[in-house]
Amino acid sequence: MLLIRCPYCEEERPELEFRNAGEAHIARSANIAAESDDDFEKFFFIRANPKGVIYERWRHIHGCARFFNAVRDTVTDKFVMTYKAGEPKPEKLPGASK
Amino acid sequence: MAKAAAKTNAASPSVERRPALAGRAVSAAGVKVEILPPAERISLRAPQASLAALSKALGVTLPAKPKTSATKGGRTALWLGPDEWLIIDEAGKDPLADCAKVSALHSAVGISHRNVAISVTGPAAAVTVNAGCPQDLSLDAFPVGAASRTILGKSEIVLMRTAADAFRVECWRSLSDYVFTLLSEAASDAAN
Repeated sequence: MLLIRCPYCEEERPELEFRNAGEAHIARSANIAAESDDDFEKFFFIRANPKGVIYERWRHIHGCARFFNAVRDTVTDKFVMTYKAGEPKPEKLPGASK
Repeated sequence: MAKAAAKTNAASPSVERRPALAGRAVSAAGVKVEILPPAERISLRAPQASLAALSKALGVTLPAKPKTSATKGGRTALWLGPDEWLIIDEAGKDPLADCAKVSALHSAVGISHRNVAISVTGPAAAVTVNAGCPQDLSLDAFPVGAASRTILGKSEIVLMRTAADAFRVECWRSLSDYVFTLLSEAASDAAN
């Protein structure tokens, strides 16, 4: 079982307490009615789906119930780091050599 | 219509409330699982600024640290989230009435009858709960007084360690049969 660090509970918890909530850092337009169909499609449907490092929203649903962001490697399934919702995308990842 | 309503009201005191699974208990070697008597409970949500006023009104300091609880005079406050607490009163006083006097911003919802409490006691208590709960329940990671919302099998529970070999499991009433049966089965397994 994976252990995922919840930034609000400040410790690693078993993955059964968590639920994935899709890609992170997708900003909703302030004036969504004025969006063109193409822009709306990009915002609503198009996701990066990378092979490698992905920034995701997760929710500690069976714990503190809080949403937070996590950096995960889709190849190794390893969690690189987690940080609180609303915090900016980390510039530098821990353990990154470059 | 009014007459019918009056009749119903007059009849209500004789209606006996029967809590789910009341009085059920299972004993195995090294562990006992039993349903605890009904208690008053509220679900409390409040911002940081309201905590002092609420703590004063409730008579128990709301814990601010994750996975902790505070008990005073039969009333326990369990940290569930950064702005969420579960208050359990076993002394028969109504915490909802205490919160109603507070003018600071908060949301208090009475959930006394939503939850059923199960106690798991004995040297094999941690092994029994671990049969369905993936958390580390060693005394280092989950000391006496530690409390957390977590999962037991397919059901969400609130788990609290009341003593080194005793746990309180709070689950929803509708899931209590499942939770009690799972713990009973786990108790007989833990004995082996």
